[in-house]
Order: sequence, then structure tokens, then C-alpha cells
Amino acid sequence: MNVVEMKGITKRFPGIVANDNIHLTVKEGEIHALLGENGAGKSTLMNVLFGLYQPDEGEIRIKGNKVEITGPNMANELGIGMVHQHFMLVDPFTVTENIILGEEPTKNGLIDKAKAEEEVRSISERYGLRVDPKAKIRDISVGMQQRVEILKTLYRGADILIFDEPTAVLSPQEIDELIQIMRNLVKEGKTIIFITHKLKEIMRICNAVTIIRRGKYVDRVEVNETDENQLASMMVGREVSFAVDKEEAKPDRTVLSIKDLHVLNSRKMEAVKGLDLDVRAGEIVGIAGVDGNGQTELLEAITGLRKVQSGSIQLNEQEISNLKPRSVTKKGVGHIPEDRHRRGLVLDFSVSENMVLQTYYQPPFSKVFNMNYKNVDQYAQKLVQEFDVRTPDIYTPSRALSGGNQQKAIIAREVDRDPDLLIAAQPTRGLDVGAIEFIHKRLIEQRDKGKAVLLMSLELEEVLKLSDRIAVIYEGTIVGWVDPANTSEEEVGLLMAGRKPGMEVKQ
Amino acid sequence: MSKKAWGIMFLCAMLVLATGCAAGGNQGGGENEGGFSAGLVTDTGGINDESFNETAWAGMKKAKKELDADIKYLESKRDDDYNPNLTKFSREKRNIVWGVGFKFNKAIPEIAKQFPDQKFGIVDDNLGGKIPDNVVSVTFKEEEGSFLMGVIAGSMTKTDKVGFIGGITSPLIKKFEYGFRAGVKAANPKAKVTVAYAESFKDVAKGRSLAANMYNDGTDIIFHAAGGVGKGLFDEVKTREKGKYWAIGVDMDQSGLAPDHTLSSLVKRVDVAVFDIMKDMKENDKFPGGKEVELGLKEDAVVPAKTTSKHVPENVMKKVDEYKQKIVDGEIKVPSTEKEFKKYKG
Amino acid sequence: METMQRRLRESPVITSVVSVLLGMLVGAIMMIAAGYNPIQAYQALFMSAFLMPYDIGETIRTISPLILTGLAVGLAFRTGLFNIGVEGQFIIGQLAAVIVALKMDLPPVLHAVVAVLAGALGGALWAFLPGLLKATRGVHEVITTIMMNFIALYLANTLVRNWLSQGADSTETIPESASLRWDLLSQAFGNSRIHFGIFIALATALFMYYLLWKTTLGFELRAVGLNPHASEYAGMSVKRNLIMSMMISGLFAGLGGASELLGTSGYLAIHGSHTGIGFDGIAVALLGANSPLGIVFAAVLFGVLTYGGPVMQFEANVPTEVIRVVFAAIIFFVAANVVRWMMSKFGNKAVKKSD
Repeated sequence: MNVVEMKGITKRFPGIVANDNIHLTVKEGEIHALLGENGAGKSTLMNVLFGLYQPDEGEIRIKGNKVEITGPNMANELGIGMVHQHFMLVDPFTVTENIILGEEPTKNGLIDKAKAEEEVRSISERYGLRVDPKAKIRDISVGMQQRVEILKTLYRGADILIFDEPTAVLSPQEIDELIQIMRNLVKEGKTIIFITHKLKEIMRICNAVTIIRRGKYVDRVEVNETDENQLASMMVGREVSFAVDKEEAKPDRTVLSIKDLHVLNSRKMEAVKGLDLDVRAGEIVGIAGVDGNGQTELLEAITGLRKVQSGSIQLNEQEISNLKPRSVTKKGVGHIPEDRHRRGLVLDFSVSENMVLQTYYQPPFSKVFNMNYKNVDQYAQKLVQEFDVRTPDIYTPSRALSGGNQQKAIIAREVDRDPDLLIAAQPTRGLDVGAIEFIHKRLIEQRDKGKAVLLMSLELEEVLKLSDRIAVIYEGTIVGWVDPANTSEEEVGLLMAGRKPGMEVKQ
Repeated sequence: MSKKAWGIMFLCAMLVLATGCAAGGNQGGGENEGGFSAGLVTDTGGINDESFNETAWAGMKKAKKELDADIKYLESKRDDDYNPNLTKFSREKRNIVWGVGFKFNKAIPEIAKQFPDQKFGIVDDNLGGKIPDNVVSVTFKEEEGSFLMGVIAGSMTKTDKVGFIGGITSPLIKKFEYGFRAGVKAANPKAKVTVAYAESFKDVAKGRSLAANMYNDGTDIIFHAAGGVGKGLFDEVKTREKGKYWAIGVDMDQSGLAPDHTLSSLVKRVDVAVFDIMKDMKENDKFPGGKEVELGLKEDAVVPAKTTSKHVPENVMKKVDEYKQKIVDGEIKVPSTEKEFKKYKG
Repeated sequence: METMQRRLRESPVITSVVSVLLGMLVGAIMMIAAGYNPIQAYQALFMSAFLMPYDIGETIRTISPLILTGLAVGLAFRTGLFNIGVEGQFIIGQLAAVIVALKMDLPPVLHAVVAVLAGALGGALWAFLPGLLKATRGVHEVITTIMMNFIALYLANTLVRNWLSQGADSTETIPESASLRWDLLSQAFGNSRIHFGIFIALATALFMYYLLWKTTLGFELRAVGLNPHASEYAGMSVKRNLIMSMMISGLFAGLGGASELLGTSGYLAIHGSHTGIGFDGIAVALLGANSPLGIVFAAVLFGVLTYGGPVMQFEANVPTEVIRVVFAAIIFFVAANVVRWMMSKFGNKAVKKSD
């Protein structure tokens, strides 16, 4: 039976058609992937299903009945639950409190906590979620938090679960566990819609895939009748090469050398604990690790955004620890920041203004106090062409650009300054296949030009593919160096989880 | 159609309806043929300040009734509004334009110069003695009336502690203070007077907290000369034990604010002064231009309210009358400044 | 319909104009409910400002300080600061100007110039402290500037009473040499109190435009306002920019206070409460979408309404308070739009919910 049927869904926004005549058919008890590049219209479609948007055209049938979903509450009543990519949890609350929020069971006008906890525990056990109902959200891992989100939908009686890019924030082991949970859910009669652009995961767990591209419906295929390459070309609309062509690295002198570095995080806890690291010219060093193990603090310390407690950071044999960000930049560091919206761009500035974010005060962009916007615009025009940043014009606010083009703009800016050390933090996060390809090529190009590249990514696959050496970070220190040519995801994954290879796995 | 659209339709309908009603009365200008017209500009206290603006307006209303005058007022929201407001009335060529309150002491001369044919009146200020010919200044010997309030307070205090709450520190309010202190001293040399200024004529809450502090400190009778701030005094005294704590009002009979707690009020007959000048203008065509009309006890312009006898015993009333006579006769010269007060022996 | 709504949301000009109309509609409904005639009232309101040269002059005089306080608030907004202290900086501007005007003996023109500069400097210094506290200790500027407003008010009152006058409630009138009034100008406008403040205000608006969109400092101020994290990443000193922004904002407010004192009143009086001109600046900046040109237009509107209020009472017998209701309603409608804008800016999810 078809649990979800969306027929001819069209949703228009001013200037764009986000969904143009899209069909989605999901059968009961299947894991159905919704595949598309960023901006293809996946989120819009799911928001229509979840009642956050009303479609302009088309009809929706849930379990065979024609429905008009007017809001999330109605979606809940129809048994549709959404596990958001960005968790919506109250940090200081317990797991139970978060789950019952808005639907508290009461006894004599008071919240019946015991009953709630019992209920959470029983749902958790039934699907193998193993969540402690009494733990506080801020004390549990990201993977656990995701399970709380899942529990939230189950508690509200959902039997159609939408997972919005659930693996983006997880370590390989956590992904395995999530996949197990998804299988348990299906076994218990739930249906799952899985939004993703990761082909491997689709091949691993899904039964069927619906592919959309640029707001249009492409096809619906059964997973056992397709392969990764076919899916990729359907998604992108052309042939895509997955392999990164790169020659052997020719590492030269040491550009960056970090010794016994100690850095505190925002909560004044030690996040980097005596870390040693070096990057040589002409190589890409990848930092692999689960989110929250000190990567962010490490990169911020190098770039002058965070205070160094002790230890040394040397760039070209010059001490740069605790220099101001501007001095670090001037000494020859380029930085593609982890969060391009927060750090990388002033979103309401034009593309042109963003291109000179660090250099606006230098000639030819300014003279004494005055900006020379003519020169700024010329420069921006040049970069936009060179790096193929697709924007209507250079005066367009960066906010209006797609994620991939925003990232291209940042890379253009950082690379063009010709830094000795290029730091790339999560350079392809949330980007589609085409943009990832472009960015990977650019990073390797820099390496080949003799630059030192420090890559931090939470995507293990990316680190393995690009790096010449991999440093695995765990709880603020480098726990091991691996050679990407002679390792496996499993080996690195274990290191990332703090377990030495060959060690007994403790539960 | 959505709810929003209906709402907007409704509003538009209302507006159209209103236009229909618009045909109603259109006020004529200030000039009524052969009649008498007057305008009044309030200071920032506004027309319902339960103080001199309101009393002055009462005088205007009396002029309407008895002199068939065309009257109108304009309220000033800021000090900057005095000039344009006076100008508006002047343009209408009203027979007289009043500026109520000493705050007009800079605006009146300026506008009087621009409209030399227009007559103006200013209440509570003598313009430093330099009064233009087309301006009459009305001032009061507040110290004389305050003296009598001091006599009442000094005679009736059980704790030998009385209080004074002033508005903004200024020569005018100082007249109240020193007159009051002199009166207390005359009736009860032992009594101590606590003085506090709110530095506002509007801040009711400040008035209340000042009053509360004084009462908590053992003071049992408080006199205020603080405009709207005084409302706070009455708010506070109302909550306290009857017959033990008292307030004394100012400008008009304020016993209505706390009937069981008001000993007396110093009534400043701004209404009488304003009315008398206009009456003289209309009936005798006389205007005391360039002069300061100073009104005191002799003119019955600063007197205890009629309701005073309600709570004040006869012997005290008698004493008040005696002192009043002495002041009228010139036997007692009531101090109005710190300097005079220091010389005053009681 | 949706396209239209979207457009409404995006264009500040349309937002402002629609808000003004809605605000006046609310005022009209209030008047009808209270039994007044709104058509007559609004006619009086808008006509009054242009009735006679005197009225035009007085309207311009009302507008001048509103432009300056509006620019002060708007500039701080641009850098992400909510300077509620414009009121206090305005008072300090008045105070500094009156001190120079009364205590210094200088030739004409120079005297006025020095007094204006003193006012500007006073305002800037008064804003420096909240800026410094924000930058170094993270104390929210809203809290500190509100406090500083009261300090300014009572400091001015104390100095007026104890130093600038002999225990009186206001200072002497400033000498002619320090006045910003110009007889020829006044006479051209029917002896109104129009003064050079309007030129100072317009020049300041131009300066703000130049500063923000033509200089490197402006580039930084705007960047910090839009995204302090990215600005820090790009090597700008967020702290320095916060302080600079506060000081320039205070400078504008101080200019407003100085020109108001030297041009309009000519003396400083003891005030029981704030003048409100600084607070009106917040409304002006909001309505003018923090752009110099928008602020000038918004100040014109508010100035006309403020000056026309008493006339409306005069002609149509409608209480002037209605004008404050119209103000409040306009601000409400603009702010409601701002809220939507903020939602679309800071969280996609919030927008989805609101739709």
C-alpha cells in the first residue's frame, strides 16, 4: 500500500518555482530516499508534506485518503513526524522533558514525570534506541540527541518519519547505529523518508529512491535496480567522476608547526590538550575526528580568533600564537572557515564587498580613509570569473547565492591572496556533488602549487580522498597519524572514537 | 476572502462613515464681533494639572459665563511649544493671550515683541521687572498664604515635625518654602521642618516616596507646592492612620483627594486674578500693561481653603485669622527668600 | 497576492509608507471612536505646517533635532548597537553648548562654532563610556545608556541650578554671539525660530552617507553591524568599531542638543523628565530604515506631526495625544515588519512557521 502519495506538487516562491510538478510515492514499510542536490527542492517538498508550506498545485494522499495538510499539528495527527537536521532541543532539559514538551501527561494538573519517563523508556527499548530518559541534553552526544529527536516523533505517534540529512553530523560508528535503528523502525511497521545527497547511504539502506533536480521530478527507481553512478548522473544531470585525480605529493619544508598546544573552549574548558601537528609545503594534511574534539578550537587558535593558553604555533619558523587575526592573515594564512555563514561572509554585503573582507584597507581598494569601490568591483569581477562564482552580478548580496557559490567566493578570496598555508575547514559541508568536485580540485591545485593545506572535515570519506597524511584528533590531541593509502574507514573510525586499533572494544 | 482583507474593508468603511459625519460644527475664529475673546496657553503641566493651569482655566470659564467671552486653550507638551502656541493665538487677534506659569518668562517677551498690538498676560512671573507695555504680569505673595499653612501645621503637629515637598527648586517654590517655615516658626518654635524637592512637577511616584520617607521619619503634617507631584503625597497619606497623619494642599482646594487626611489647602486664586483683569478690560477698557499685579492676603488671593475648618479646631482657626490680620496690616513681613528668612525672627 | 506581500516585506520604502498610512488609519479610528472628525483633524495637521512662513519655519525647527537624533540612532543600529542613550547624549550636547555659550567670551560666529563643537564632543564622550563597557566588559548598551540618560538629566539639572544660574530653574539666555539664529533667516520665515540647525542636520546626514558608504571605517562599521563574527575573522577589531560607532552616534546626538539649544531655546532649563527628542530619534531611525535619506524623510514627517499636533487641537479640537497614538501605531507597524525581516534573516524555520 502507498502510505504517502504526492502528485503533481507545485510550489512557487517569488521569482522561483521551488517544486515543479513533483511526484513522490512511498510504500508502507520502506525506507525511501529523496535524493537531490542542495537547492533541488527536497526541503520544500518535505515542508509541504509536513504542512509548513501549502502547495500551489497538486494533491497529497496519506494512507489513501486525500488530505490538505494545513500545519505541523495536522501533520502530527496524520502520523507524520520530522527529524530535523538542526535539532530543536532545550539543552538544560532532560531527555524526557524535551520529548514531552508540548504534550505533557498530567496528573492533578501537574506533569506526571514518572509516567512520562516510563513511556519514554518503553518506546526507547522497543526500537533499540537506548536513551537514558533522565539525562540532560547538554550531557549527551550528538548521536544521542538525534535519537531524542526520533523519540519525540515516536512519542507523538508518528508512523511516517522524515529524516532530514541525519548522517551529516555523525561519526561512522554512529551512522552504523543509526542505520540499525532505522531498520528496527521499519521492522516495527514504520515508514521512513530519508532526505540525503549521499549515494553510499542510499545504496546501503534504502529500498527506493525518488530523484529531483532543480525543482523538477527526475525519476523513481528501486535501489536494487540501480548503482551509485547512475544515481549521481540523475541527480546532477551529467556524468560525474568520483575519483580525485592527484599525483603523488612532493612535500617540502615545514610551513606550520604546532607544539604542545593548549586552548580553552568557550566554556573555559580545555579543548585542545597538548597537541602537536605539522604541515609541510606541497601536502594536504587532513584532520579526521568526530565533531567537538577540539578541531574548531585548534583552527581558531591558529588563525588568531582564539587565545592560546600555552604551547607554540610557528608559521615559516615564526611564532604566530596569540597574534591578532589580521597579523596572522598578513603572515600568509588563508582560512576557509568552518561556518561560512557565521564567519566566512557578511551575508548582507554584496559579493564584491565580501571579496575584500580582509584587504579593504589596503591599496588599491582604499586610499587613506576612502574606499575605492571601483577597484574593489574590478577585482571582484576578476575573481568571480576566474572561480566561476555564479551570481547575477557582483552587487548581489551574498545571501542570495547558493551554498556552493558562496563557498566558491570564499575560496576565491582566500586562494587569491596567495597564502603559504591554506586552512580549509569543512570546505564542502552541505554542498552538492558539482560544487564538491570543483572545491576538491582547487585544494589539490593549491597543494601542487607548493602550498601547505590543512584540511579539517567531518566527512571521513573526504579526508581519506584528499589528504596526503591524516591526523586523527580525539579529545584535543592527535591520537594517531595514518597514511590514507594504507588504511580503511574502519581503522580511522576506531581512532576517531578514541580506540587504538587492536585494542579490546569496551562497551 | 481572508480575515485580513475583511478587516481592512471594515476599517475603510469606518473611515468613509467618518467622512460622512464630518459635516459637523466648524469652530469660528477668535474674533467675535464686538465681543471679548481670550486664549490660554498652559505650561507643560497641561490643562488638568489640578493646579494653576486648571485654576486659570476656571477663571476663563467664568469669563465665558459672565462676560460672554470666547475662550480657548492650547496645551504645551514641551518648553519649545510655548512660542508657537502663543503665536497661534496672537494671529487670531484675541483680546488677551495668557501664558500660565513662570516657564513663560522667556517666550512671552519674545512673542510680545513680535506682536506689539496683541495683549498678553503671564501668571507667576514678573519678567525680572522688565515688563513690556503690552504684557501684564500677575504674581502672588505665595509666602503669605504659606505662612498661614505654617501656622496651622505648627499648631497642630503632635510630633513637632512637619514637612515641605517642593517641585523644581526655583525662586517661586522657595517663596512657598520660606513662608511656610516662617509660619511654623511663629506658631511653634520647637517644631522642625523637613524640606525636600522632587525636582519635577509631574513625577507622582517621586512625590509619594518623598512623603512616605517623611511620615516614616515621624513627620505628621506635610505641605506641598509641587504641582502633580503632590498627588503622590495624597496617595500616601490616604493609606495612613486617620487623625494622625495630614497633608496640606496647594493652588486649589485639594481636600477631595483625601477628604479625611487633608488639613487645609493654600488656594491661589489665579482664577480671580485672570478674571478680574479680563473684566476690567472688557467693561472699563483698562489694561494694566507693563505692570506687575501682585496679589496677596490683602486681596484674598492666597487664602486657606474653605474646607479648612473641617479638621482644624476653632482655636487654631482663630490664630490663623489673627496672623492674617497682622500680615495684612503690615505688622509681619513674611520672608520669601533664604536671605529674608535668615533675618526673620518669628 | 503573495508576490505583493513579499515585495512589501523587502522594500523599506514601501514598508515605511504603508506603516505611516496604517498608523494614520489607527489614529482616524481613535478619533471616530472618541467622536472627532479625522478628515478635518488631518487636514489641520498637515496644512498647519505650511500655512504661513512662520509655520514653515517652526516646522523646520522641529525637524532639525529629529534628523540628528534619528541619524544618531540609525548609525548605531547599523553597527548592531541599540543606542537608547541618544536622549542623554542630546542633553550633554545642550549642556556643553550652553556652558561654552555662557562661560566663554568669543567673537560672533566663532563662539557659535566652538559651542556647537563642544556639544558634539560632549555627546561623543557621553557615548564613549557605554561603548567601552560594551566592548571590554560585555555590558549591554541598552542598560548602560538608559542609566546614562538619567545621569545626564540630573547632572544638567544640578549644574544649571548651582553653577549656571543662581538657584533658578533655568540659565540666562545665551549671548547673541553664540546663537545659531540668523535674523535674515528668521525674518524670511515670519520671525520663527528657524536656525542653522537644519543645515547642520542635513550636512550630518550627508556625512553619515559618506562615512558608511565611502570610507574604510564605514566598511568596517557596516561589516561589524551585519556580522561581527565574520568581521573578527576578517581581522577587524570588533571592539574598536563598537566604541567608534557609539562615539559617532553620540556625536550626532550632541550636535542635535547643541543646535537645539543654541538655535531654538537659547537657554537650558531644569527638566523633571527627559525631553523625548532623543527617544523620538529611535522612531525616526526605525521609520527611515537607518538610511540617511530615509531618516531625513521620517524626521520631516514626525516634525510635521509634532508641530501640527497643537494646531489640530486648535482647529479640530482633537487632543494632541492622538498624535502620539499615531506615532506609536506607525512605529508598531514598522517594527512588526522588522520582526518578519529578522525572522527571515536569522532562522529559516521561524519563517516557515510564520507563513
